Amino acid sequence: MARSTERLIRELGDGLTPVRRIAAPNRLALLWLGFSVLITAGLAIVFDMQAAMARLGSATDMWLAALGSVLTAALAAKAAFELAMPGRPRLWALLPLPALLLWIGASGMGCLRTWATAGWDGGVHSECLMSIIGISAPLAVAMVVMLRRAYPLHPVLTSMLAGLACAAASATVLSLFHPGDAATADLAFHALAVMLVTAVLTVSGRRLLRR
Amino acid sequence: MQPAVLSLSPGAFRAFGRSMDHSGQADRRLGGLMASAQTGDRAAYDALLRDCVPVIRAVARGRGVPPEAIDDVVQETLLTVHRARHTYDPSRPFRAWLRTIAERRAIDLLRRQGRQRSREVHDEIAYETHPAAAQAPVAEVDAGLRQAIDGLPEGQRQAIEELTLKDRSLAEAARATGRSPGALKVNLHRALKTLRARLSGEEG
Repeated sequence: MARSTERLIRELGDGLTPVRRIAAPNRLALLWLGFSVLITAGLAIVFDMQAAMARLGSATDMWLAALGSVLTAALAAKAAFELAMPGRPRLWALLPLPALLLWIGASGMGCLRTWATAGWDGGVHSECLMSIIGISAPLAVAMVVMLRRAYPLHPVLTSMLAGLACAAASATVLSLFHPGDAATADLAFHALAVMLVTAVLTVSGRRLLRR
Repeated sequence: MQPAVLSLSPGAFRAFGRSMDHSGQADRRLGGLMASAQTGDRAAYDALLRDCVPVIRAVARGRGVPPEAIDDVVQETLLTVHRARHTYDPSRPFRAWLRTIAERRAIDLLRRQGRQRSREVHDEIAYETHPAAAQAPVAEVDAGLRQAIDGLPEGQRQAIEELTLKDRSLAEAARATGRSPGALKVNLHRALKTLRARLSGEEG
């Protein structure tokens, strides 16, 4: 063994302090999902929960899309925390894919349904965009703080999954409290917002999570 | 022939089983050492890091790291093991945990080397085609830079001389100076910062 390696081992030994083991990825994901539920509950006090449920029940694609986005958020969060621990295969990144496809598929069906009845209303729905970004922000901060406690060896992939989880969670929250039926234009702006949030986290991942 | 093959097979299976057992035992032993290290057991940590070295070397070789850079990968991986030790879960195989870290560090090093090589080519082209290259006051720049380097604190001066002027690898520089790679890195970073501040201050 090289002398400098010997010396490094000695120095690392000198710097050894007891550490508290980080919680398992499942527990971290549940903790973060709990935080999202807390935000939703906070909004439920302000908004009309019964109307939200009635809206979700009004069409199959609506509740399928909501189920898809909830599952995407949960599975993307789980995958992000798995990838943040060394020794876990990168295949975890594929975990949210089926849920994401369900979400995209059901939303697409919703788009077609509202397009057939109402067409494009021509409006720019910046409030949808801002809501998703606004709800994503605290979720993303919490997620990044938690991920930094771990040790992500693939920062970009991990932060992309984190971004997807945050965007999916906030899109779910928005779909509950969205005033009126989600029109084609709304859904298009939701998709744009989700892509934007995911892209921002992916791009800043290297800086936020590099170790 | 047939009976011979048949009579060999159980032996081969037993050998395979033994080697699997052995690897499982080794994993359990290393995992146990890390679990003790997590509570602050210095002796266990020392033994663990020593046992990590051959595993890391094998990973680096497998990834195609050139022999002279393998020590760099070993040291960077050991540093990462130190910083990430709270993420090891003793119920999981230790070597899988270690291998992913070593692979990451090996890939980082290969990428760094690739970038350096491509930059060097570009620098040459830039130098040769630069209009001011012919009359550039190379000696003056050198003297100014030399003076600035001489004015650095001892550790920083050593780091910049070994790692940039003599173009030594982190491991070689560590051997030559008797400092750890971590300390050299920190010193190089500080030296570059100081030089940048001094040189830009003089020009501006």
